Amino acid sequence: MSSYDARFRVWRGDAEGGDLTDFSVEVNDGEVVLDIIHRIQATQASDLAVRWNCKAGKCGSCSAEINGRPRLMCMTRMSVFDREDVITVTPLRAFPVVRDLVTDVGFNYTKAREIPAFVPPAGVAPGEYRMQQEDVDRSQEFRKCIECFLCQDTCHAVRDHEENKAAFAGPRFLMRVAELDMHPLDAASDSGLDRKRTAQEDHGLGYCNITKCCTEVCPEGIHITDNALIPLKERAVDRKYDPVVWLGNKIRRRPSS
Amino acid sequence: MATGTEPHPQADAHGVRGRTRAAIASGHLRTDRWWLAPASTAAGLLAFIVYSTWRAFANTHYYHAPYVSPFYSPCIAQNCKPMHAGPNWEIFGGWWGLSPALLILIFPLGFRLTCYYYRKAYYRGFWASPPACAVAEPHKKYTGETRFPLILQNIHRYFFYAAILVAGILTYDTVLSFRDETYAWGHMGLGTLVFLLNITLIWAYTLSCHSCRHIVGGKLKHFSKHPVRYRMWQWVGKLNDRHMLLAWASLISVALADFYVFLLSSGAFDDPRFF
Amino acid sequence: MSQVERQQWDVVVVGAGGAGLRAAIEARERGARTAVICKSLFGKAHTVMAEGGIAAAMGNVNSGDSWQVHFRDTLRGGKFLNQWRMAELHAREAPDRVWELETWGALFDRTADGRISQRNFGGHEYPRLAHVGDRTGLELIRTLQQKIVALQQEDFKEFGDYEARLKVFQECTVTRVLKDGDRVSGAFCYERESGRFFVLEAPSVVLATGGIGKSFKVTSNSWEYTGDGHALALLAGAPLLNMEFVQFHPTGMVWPPSVKGILVTESVRGDGGVLRNSEGKRFMFDYVPDVFKEKYAESEDEGDRWYDDPDHNRRPPELLPRDEVARAINSEVKAGRGSPHGGVFLDVSTRMPAERIRRRLPSMYHQFKELADVDITAEPMEVGPTCHYVMGGIAVDSDTAAARGVPGLFAAGEVAGGMHGSNRLGGNSLSDLLVFGRRAGLHAAEYAAGLGERPAIDADQVDTAAAEALRPFSAEGPADGGVAENPYTLHQELQQAMNDLVGIIRREEEMAEALDRLAGLRMRARRAGVEGHRQFNPGWHLSLDLRNMLLVSECIARAALERTESRGGHTREDHPTMDRRWRRTNLLCRLVDPTGGLAATDPVRGQIDLVRDTTEPIRPDLLALFEKEELVKYLAEEELYE
Repeated sequence: MSSYDARFRVWRGDAEGGDLTDFSVEVNDGEVVLDIIHRIQATQASDLAVRWNCKAGKCGSCSAEINGRPRLMCMTRMSVFDREDVITVTPLRAFPVVRDLVTDVGFNYTKAREIPAFVPPAGVAPGEYRMQQEDVDRSQEFRKCIECFLCQDTCHAVRDHEENKAAFAGPRFLMRVAELDMHPLDAASDSGLDRKRTAQEDHGLGYCNITKCCTEVCPEGIHITDNALIPLKERAVDRKYDPVVWLGNKIRRRPSS
Repeated sequence: MATGTEPHPQADAHGVRGRTRAAIASGHLRTDRWWLAPASTAAGLLAFIVYSTWRAFANTHYYHAPYVSPFYSPCIAQNCKPMHAGPNWEIFGGWWGLSPALLILIFPLGFRLTCYYYRKAYYRGFWASPPACAVAEPHKKYTGETRFPLILQNIHRYFFYAAILVAGILTYDTVLSFRDETYAWGHMGLGTLVFLLNITLIWAYTLSCHSCRHIVGGKLKHFSKHPVRYRMWQWVGKLNDRHMLLAWASLISVALADFYVFLLSSGAFDDPRFF
Repeated sequence: MSQVERQQWDVVVVGAGGAGLRAAIEARERGARTAVICKSLFGKAHTVMAEGGIAAAMGNVNSGDSWQVHFRDTLRGGKFLNQWRMAELHAREAPDRVWELETWGALFDRTADGRISQRNFGGHEYPRLAHVGDRTGLELIRTLQQKIVALQQEDFKEFGDYEARLKVFQECTVTRVLKDGDRVSGAFCYERESGRFFVLEAPSVVLATGGIGKSFKVTSNSWEYTGDGHALALLAGAPLLNMEFVQFHPTGMVWPPSVKGILVTESVRGDGGVLRNSEGKRFMFDYVPDVFKEKYAESEDEGDRWYDDPDHNRRPPELLPRDEVARAINSEVKAGRGSPHGGVFLDVSTRMPAERIRRRLPSMYHQFKELADVDITAEPMEVGPTCHYVMGGIAVDSDTAAARGVPGLFAAGEVAGGMHGSNRLGGNSLSDLLVFGRRAGLHAAEYAAGLGERPAIDADQVDTAAAEALRPFSAEGPADGGVAENPYTLHQELQQAMNDLVGIIRREEEMAEALDRLAGLRMRARRAGVEGHRQFNPGWHLSLDLRNMLLVSECIARAALERTESRGGHTREDHPTMDRRWRRTNLLCRLVDPTGGLAATDPVRGQIDLVRDTTEPIRPDLLALFEKEELVKYLAEEELYE
């Protein structure tokens, strides 16, 4: 066990303004950035605002930007830094700041509501659902999402362009559309809802230019771009830009299996 | 905070420096060499563009029996060099006066231009949209792929179909490379190996395409009802994991194959024959 | 001062974990306008930490399973102290609650024939836990969250307002339940973001705030687990039941220090992981208690065979109920046979191929890799006991989840007591949340609908609550002019005291000392002061939480001192065996001041009264599910003859 004093710069302030504040704080073996923020809180700034819950990378609360990179504070070990490094911690920069490291992530909850929910299949009673593992694998990957909103934060479509927030659901919620569209028993199409089409028309799939920052920052290692967004784009193409598929569906007159 | 907090539309158009965001003057606070990846991507792509433009317009040194440069295959204008049993068909008549490469390169070019990996590469490397993750981009406005011309990226799969044909022809060329300069079968030279390497990488890149992954199985809702397509989807998925790697490897190999033919054809190098 | 914003709702649910959300869904579906209020963001509740699965006797993997077997396992696990009616309802209704989740979009792991797969777990006779890898809690919370959103989408279609009938107030905290006479009239709340106070007027309040683990130093619980609901109920006049029973999960991480206590799921053992001491010995074979002798393997060979052929072999003792395993690990470490960082070794690396470990236990793999730099596919983990769950809680009616003696107050989930007796089986908590969350929502909605007149809000209570909540801003130092107390320091001292003195093994003198220290902390906590302003101020929040943790800790210490036997999650070194005479005795904690006041009382006297309460006899048809020889071990003489 060896301790040392690390130099931290933590953004403090609120919607009216703020600045990076310097702290010198003790670091012990095996600690993560969140431990250090807590130590600052307990010994130097009792009102330093920070969100956190599980401290084990499972709840996705302690999202912040560490040295400019969107990360979970609880999953960023101090050992990845040199002892001489100045470690800068700021709130997520894509969302309105509330106070210190806390931002208003309401955008994400608004978007969550705009994605039509799972549609249960008609005539299948609870307990009668039958699904094969290989059919649920894809959606299960997306359901590993802990909603830390790091992907939403890093996505330049909204991070750098506030005006796109109205039209663009962001990677997390486009992935939700993909999850439902790949759910083996989702009956949205029977109810007249075409998730492939609405992904593009209602949720702004076209704003994604697949530059993969969402995948880069995902702490769960979900292949957001390759497994959700691109397949969803291809599904939208099926509906909107592929005459062969369109003709095939017209002739066979049944939803694709 | 209630769940109903509305986003602030139009609150500010200046991204991370916007009025509602944490007041930090710098566009990013990254301390790593984030610029290295986009810069080297841009440099690599630029090098290929310069090389391929030169070679495509050169209209010379693209055939040295039994090898045909992949840039000029198939050769479909009257002004093509005659290649014995090679891929030259005079589909375009004599009116075409430019390099025949231009007629055919549109297809692999279109395939790579609309490829999901290359899109990422040039959006980041050339457009700085974004330059790197969490680094503010310079543009005031961004509409992604929602409008013309970028909405055309959606036609990637048609270029994939074309790329299959092109890869088929390059495979044929590779078969033809098992001849000697007198067109006798059953021979091999260093060029044959170069062609084999190239065609393997071309196929691997083409099949690892996201559109391919979608078409072979990704579009299905129930894999369990289509076991064969499920297997194919898994297999393509494994290749797809390496799409970036294959994109670069095949880009380099195709240039290499062309350059090899150039060297032979210009007499700068003699093809070592194995048998 | 009483100019705080007021809103009218039918049902207010405090807590947005599994129980709270399930209650809210039920209440809303029964027509009640429902508000959910939670300390964290919506979807971050501690339920996400649950890993193993949801216990429900669906019989998908072994058709021998039935609710009766599940009931039997639950009672055995709880050493017959469970409220038997709750255990019965739980076992009967759990499968429906799980199946219902699928109709809301949940995706559990599947069996080969497409049903919900079920896994083995400690104390469960058959594979019974519906699961999604080792992130079942996340799946549960997300499914319920998405069901809430689905209901809000319905309301949006109908009324043009997502929150017309169901609203989530996230990052808000309830500090007092308000009353009109005996009855509940609403809740006094504060919003973290702005620091503003507001009142939700409602005839029904459902407490679903989870547990108390943050009163202990080594715990798997998050910052939210400060016993808020327990304290709110006490302050509203409702009693707490059997608070001495605190479950120490046998396997928490022990290294590095900053993650000490974080849970290592029991699925590791359910899927084949074994416990070894520093001598390499599978020591659990030495710790099978008499009551379980016939049910567990006697040799390593037999235990190993059980994974493939459970019908002809007995299960390995690593899968004993949690209290047994936790005590065994504790003994091994004390005897000097522990691992380098003071735990024991839990090994899957030699038991399963690496690929299978990564697929079955993905978040464990991730957790050890990221936090401890240990590759669990190649080396054993170091684990030790961690405070995990409180079996005690608000005394409720088994069928309606109504808190005893306070009309309009309901409780479900970990905050409610009784269901698990003296020790909870793994997997039974998620099913508990669903079964009793639903029941609480249902009865809260019915109660609200059945009232002729809405209870009124008493402005004095609102003023008092506001003054109480603001006290940390005007805290004064001690009379000699010193500075205000730092709430973080108080919290650390509280955790240390509870961990050292009322921990996994308890002694009379230590608990008496704990009560002493709690009294001192209580006096100092009145002077806890904070800097800054009201907006999103964590120090202020902690000062408010301290009241709750101190109340709950006193309940635990007093009840633990009173119960002179060892049973389940309560182990007395000075009374090491289970005493059948204690089976029918429940310990109820009440506030000394029945009006909910917390005036500075005599430190020795404390703020909690303890009452003994005799439970109803177990219904004969349920008793008949057990062999007579087994009952003799648990039941008191007079119960056997009844």
